[in-house]
Parts: sequence; C-alpha cells; structure tokens
Amino acid sequence: VDLEERLGELDLRSDSDIPDVPPPTDSTPEILKRALSGLSARWKNWWIRGILTLAMISVFFLIIYLGSFMLMLLVLSIQVKCYHEIITIGYRVYHSYDLPWFRSLSWYFLLCVNYFFYGETVADYFATFVQRREQLQFLIRYHRFISFALYLTGFCMFVLSLVKKHYRLQFYMFAWTHVTLLITVTQSHLVIQNLFEGMIWFLVPISSVICNDITAYIFGFFFGRTPLIKLSPKKTWEGFIGGFFSTVVFGFIFSYFLAQHQYFVCPVEYNSETNRFVTECEPSELFQMKKYSLPPLLQAVLGWETVNMYPFQMHSIALSTFASLIGPFGGFFASGFKRAFKIKDFADTIPGHGGIMDRFDCQYLMATFVHVYITSFIRGPNPSKLLKQLLILQPEQQLSVYKTLKSHLVEKGILQPSLRG
Amino acid sequence: LQESESENKLDGETASDSESKSEFGGSPPVPTSDDTPEVLNRALSNLSSRWKNWWVRGILTLAMITFFFIIIYLGPMVLMTIVMCVQIKCFHEIITIGYNVYHSYDLPWFRTLSWYFLLCVNYFFYGETVTDYFFTLVQREEPLRILSKYHRFISFALYLTGFCMFVLSLVKKHYRLQFYMFGWTHVTLLIVVTQSHLIIHNLFEGMIWFIVPISCVICNDIMAYMFGFFFGRTPLIKLSPKKTWEGFIGGFFATVLFGLLLSYVMSGYRCFTCPVEFNNDTNSFTVDCEPSELFQLQEYNIPLVLQSVVGWKTVRMYPFQIHSIALSTFASLIGPFGGFFASGFKRAFKIKDFANTIPGHGGIMDRFDCQYLMATFVNVYIASFIRGPNPSKLIQQFLTLRPDQQLHIFNTLKAHLVDKGMLGRLEDA
Repeated sequence: VDLEERLGELDLRSDSDIPDVPPPTDSTPEILKRALSGLSARWKNWWIRGILTLAMISVFFLIIYLGSFMLMLLVLSIQVKCYHEIITIGYRVYHSYDLPWFRSLSWYFLLCVNYFFYGETVADYFATFVQRREQLQFLIRYHRFISFALYLTGFCMFVLSLVKKHYRLQFYMFAWTHVTLLITVTQSHLVIQNLFEGMIWFLVPISSVICNDITAYIFGFFFGRTPLIKLSPKKTWEGFIGGFFSTVVFGFIFSYFLAQHQYFVCPVEYNSETNRFVTECEPSELFQMKKYSLPPLLQAVLGWETVNMYPFQMHSIALSTFASLIGPFGGFFASGFKRAFKIKDFADTIPGHGGIMDRFDCQYLMATFVHVYITSFIRGPNPSKLLKQLLILQPEQQLSVYKTLKSHLVEKGILQPSLRG
Repeated sequence: LQESESENKLDGETASDSESKSEFGGSPPVPTSDDTPEVLNRALSNLSSRWKNWWVRGILTLAMITFFFIIIYLGPMVLMTIVMCVQIKCFHEIITIGYNVYHSYDLPWFRTLSWYFLLCVNYFFYGETVTDYFFTLVQREEPLRILSKYHRFISFALYLTGFCMFVLSLVKKHYRLQFYMFGWTHVTLLIVVTQSHLIIHNLFEGMIWFIVPISCVICNDIMAYMFGFFFGRTPLIKLSPKKTWEGFIGGFFATVLFGLLLSYVMSGYRCFTCPVEFNNDTNSFTVDCEPSELFQLQEYNIPLVLQSVVGWKTVRMYPFQIHSIALSTFASLIGPFGGFFASGFKRAFKIKDFANTIPGHGGIMDRFDCQYLMATFVNVYIASFIRGPNPSKLIQQFLTLRPDQQLHIFNTLKAHLVDKGMLGRLEDA
C-alpha cells in the first residue's frame, strides 16, 4: 500500500491534472468566412470541410504530377510536421515545470533517426551516384556506426539533463519522444520505400484510406444509427460497413485506371546520367491484363463468363479491406490519445480539419501493412542492395560466390556455358 | 555531511535513502524483504551489519561469476537459453513496476497485453535469426518453410491483433494512464528485447564477442567500486552519489588492461574465436574453423614512447586485442551512462532496486543496466569494422530474384572481378 501510494503521487491519479489546452483559434481565412456568412453554422462547417478536402486532394494530384522527388519531399515535410505537433503537445505538459532541453533533444533525435533511415535508403537506390564521390563512400561504409554515435550523444545528453524531483516526468517525455519517432518516422520511411516500388503502391493505399474516411462519413451522415465504439461517438456501424464496400469498389476501379500507365506502375529508379528519377520499364506480370473466369455465382449475377483484369486488382482488394477494417483502429488510437490529453485536435493547421496528424492518423498502419505485404507477397529482395553487399565482400568470397552463381545460371539455362558473355 | 557521505559509501548502501528522505519530506524508503539465505545469515551473524553486507555482496558476486563460467562451458545453446531467460526476467521486472502503478486503478489487460507484445516481438526476432542461421533446416521442413516465407506478414498480423486489443481496452477517465503504459511497454521492449537479440547475434559471430564485452562491463563495475572504495573523493554525478571520478578513471585503466589480457588468453582457443554454426548432419552447434586473421599472432612495432618504458622493440599480439581496447573503452566511458539512466529511472519511480531476486544486489535488471548500450555497440562495431555481409545469405537472396535481375548482377560482379584482376583470361574458372 505504501509503495502504491507513493507511486501514485505524480500526475497519474486521474486525467484531470494537466493544464487545459486553450481552445483552438479559428484560422479559417477571411475570404471563406465572408462567402459563407449567409449560411447557418452547421452548413458553414460542412462547406469549410468540403472546400478544404477538395483543396487537399488537388494539392495531392499536383504533387503526383510533379513526380517522385516532390512526393518524397512532401512525405518528409508531413513527417516533420506530425512530429512537431505531437512534441508540442508533450511540451505543454513539460514546460510548466521549466525543464531543460526537451525540445532540443527531441529535434536532435528526429534528426538522428532520419539520418539513419535516409542513409540506408539513399545508399541502396543511389548506388551509382554514391560510388563516384569519395566523401559519400566513407559516410556510407560506416553509416551505422556514425548513426549510433550520434544517437548515443543524444542519450548521454538526456542522462546529464536529468533534474532532481522531476525524474519521472523527464522519463515519460523520453519515452514519448521515442514512441513518436517509432510511429511517425518509421512509417514515413516505409511510405517512401513503397513509393520506390512503384507509385501505384503509394497512391492506391492512401486513396483507399481517404475514400474510406469520406464514404464512411457520408454513409454515417445519411444512414447512421448504431454507434460503433465509445471512443468515437460520431462513428456508426452503417458508416463502417458502407465505407468498407465503397472503398473496395473504389480501389478496384482506381487500380484499373492506374495500372495502364507506366508512370505509375514502374519502380522508381535513379538515372545517374541524367541525374533524374525515371519510371520506365517493362510492366511486370502484375500489370498485364489477364483473363479470369468468374465463379459461377458471380456469372449468374453479372452475365459474363470471363473478365479481363489486372492481377494487381486482386491485391487492391486486400489493400482496401485493410484500409477499411483495420485502418480505423489507427483513428481510434488517435482519438483515445486526444481524449487522454484533453485536446480537440492535434493542431490548427488546416481549418475545419485540425492538424496534419488528424488527417494522417489512419494512414499509419496502412503504410506498414503495404510494406509488409509487398515484401511478403510481391517482390523479392532489392537487386541493387544485393549488388552493393556483394561488392563489399572479400575478394576470395566474391570469387566463390561468382562461381556458385555461374554454375546456378548455367544449370538454369540462363547463361550459355561455352561463350564468353 | 562529509562524514555521512563517506559512511554511506563504506556501507555500500545507495545514498538514495538520504536523498529520498530530503526529497519527499521524511517518508521512509520502501523496505526490501531480506531474502538472504538462512545459511549465510547464520555464518555472518557475528559481524557488524556493514561488513555483513559487504560479504553478502562479495559471495553473491563470486557465485554469479562462477555460474557465468559454467554456462560458457556448456556451450552456445545453453547461452542462448540463458540470454532468453534474462531478457524475460528483466522485462517482467520493469512491467511489474509499471503494473504497481497501473493496478491500483483496476485497469484491464495491461499485463496480458504486455506479455503478448513480448511474445510477438520475440517471435519476430527469433524468426529472423532462425531463418538466417538455420537456412537448410528450415527449407527441409514444409511447415517451417511457409512460416519463414511469410514471416514478416505473420509477425505483423500478430502485432496488429495486440494493437487492436489495446484500442478496444481503453477505459474512459483513464486514457492517459493507459497510453503511458502502452508507451512504457514499447520502450521496454525496445530496450530489453532488441538488445538481447543483438547479444545473440554477437554470440553467433564468435563466443569471444560475447564474453569479452560482458566481462569488461563487469570488470569496470567491480574495479570502479574498488578504486572508489580506496581512493574515492570527488563525486562524479548527482544521479549516483556513490560514484567518484577516481573510481571512474581507475576503473577505465583497469578495464582496458583486463580486456587486453582476457583477449590474449581467449584468442588462442578455437572454441571462442570461431563463428557458431549449425551442423545439419549432426543437428548441433559446432565451433570449428580456420581462425581468421584477427586471431593470428602478429608482430607489432611499439611506438618509441612505450619502447623506453617497456624495454621491448616489438611485441606479438593478436589484432583482436586492438579491438578489445575499443570495446573496453566503451564499456568504461559510455557504459556507465546506462547505469545512470537506470539510477534516474529508479529515482523517478522511487524504488531502491528493480526487484529482490539477488540478495545484496537487487534484481536482474540492476546487474544488467550497464550491459545494454554495450550489446548494441558491439553489434554496430562488428557490422561496421569487422565482418562484411554473410555470403551464403547473399546467395540465398540471389536465388529468389528474377532471371533478368540475376543475369544483371552476375555480369556486374564479373566486370568488377575482371577489373580487380581476379578473373583474367580464366573464363572457365
């Protein structure tokens, strides 16, 4: 009893101890306010959300048009902004005690982890670019060691910054920073890995989540009756199920259109001669039309015996299903988090919608799922990474590997044994 | 104040008692139950309590070191099992601390979920290790092959189930505490489980990579304590009032020396220096190989400065001993930060020790707090400076590629080898 009493002393007794966050300021631009001044508050809110939704979708299309590099930058900016939003929430609790270095340390850790991940990615995909420059060679070869040394410096700084009487809060904030890094930074890098696999692997999942959000909202608006979960009282079972079916159909149709263009389907590669990203290739068999015979059940319904589809569309069903059934749990997690820290929105960045985090809370699990899906079911290991590792080996090892590979290729008939090529 | 401080140091008690008294207005520290075995109690009953504590700690230290030697003798499989047990016990200790806070509010599922996440993360890591090292064994058995092919997907699905369970278990009015506990579990997993798997990777590289780092940390602990005991005067850091600069520096030099000597002795034996491999035919672990150049004696010229001191012109050393200097340096200079982190943690949650498992020493976590950073460092060190990638693993990956990718890689490798002069006209080699 003694131990429990003493452990319960700090701000854990109930959720009522942290200072209340001031209500978000209304950052709707003046133009919109004047245009909508005639409508009632309910419709006004609806219109604002609607307009901003269209604005965000247009920005999205614009960036897709601008290409992979811009998309990477966009993903990076979103990641930094999400991290900033979460750290700011923590800082509000922390700051009231005048504790040092929390923000500097958090940004430092963000930098370290990003450096580590980008180093691994850059080394893989830009292998030829990197080979040419000596300084980069050194950084790449000892990359893990350098990243670890940087991280350790931050760790030691944290230990040295511990202040008597506030240890527990400082440890909570340390854990806060690390879990946030785990969630936002790892996922954003998985998004970029998916992007390099082919833009379709980036577009279809994100669109499915957005579509699920919108259609679940619409179905809930018109047909909603049974509440889904106590955490989010606005969600209903009708919205959930309606959203599920619409998202699967949307994903199916959307993949059909995207699968036809090389721009979306081909893995992104870096061309060292032109110093640009190129998406040009022979479309893999996933993106070549095939005839599928319909099961007799659907045959009766639709009246066709076979249908021409891309194999990718079957995968899109899996992706959409995940987006509709499991994606919302990411949203519930974020809702619970907001309840826990008594905030309405993560920030005020987007009028009517809240912060960037609010828009991306369902995306997190999605990015990891797509990445795991790709590595398990679609592609094998990355050839350029494999090549890079082969070139690091000792010369004797390289020779023995070469002999093994050669005998394997000759066996498979891929290589002619007697020729020199 | 000077007197009471030195009294505390001599007692071997942590000064956190007096520290906590002043912090929390005189509330007494949590009494730890005395589970020293009766035998020891009776044997030491006539000594004063100060020396009794010293003897208990000393005896237990020797017992643990003996135990360590026995396990090494028993081989890699037993070592792996011990690492696994230590990991589970550490996780249990940390979770119990969190649970004591959590439980008072009658919140559901915290312990179940924590153990479940521990299982998931261990399954993921062991699956990756097993696939790498036991490749042929896995390929032979059909169910294992499927499990290993879709390993990441299965692990992710298992983790997601736990995640959804957590979301469904959120209770109104206690959201924040539940989120704190979720964060707590994940950071604990990150620290404890990841490190234990890195230790096992180090072990597979060669038992010397497991034994030397751990021994250096233990040696640094003991040496710093001794130097501090005899010469200690200037306090090192407010977090741990017992530590002194004299102990720190003395411990550093003693540990570097110890590392050099231990590596010299160990490098002579194949069972320590060879990578652990799994033999498919005998279905057991073997440590048999041609020692790499790291473990072959070489002549080194002593720099002029040391020549006058030591009186020799050259010395015969193993290259590994140079690496051991790096490992010992890390163990003495940065390793203690892991200890300070744990001290801060104990202060934060107002506990004297993580648990009462070892009499005189506290819990398993108390013994292993300095080891964490060490395991990661050794792993990063090996990956950066010692070994390259594993050739057989590369061949496995190669075999899963498409034919055109295989051809492309083959041609690039061939061009590289021709460039280096390894493949001259010997096309049919």
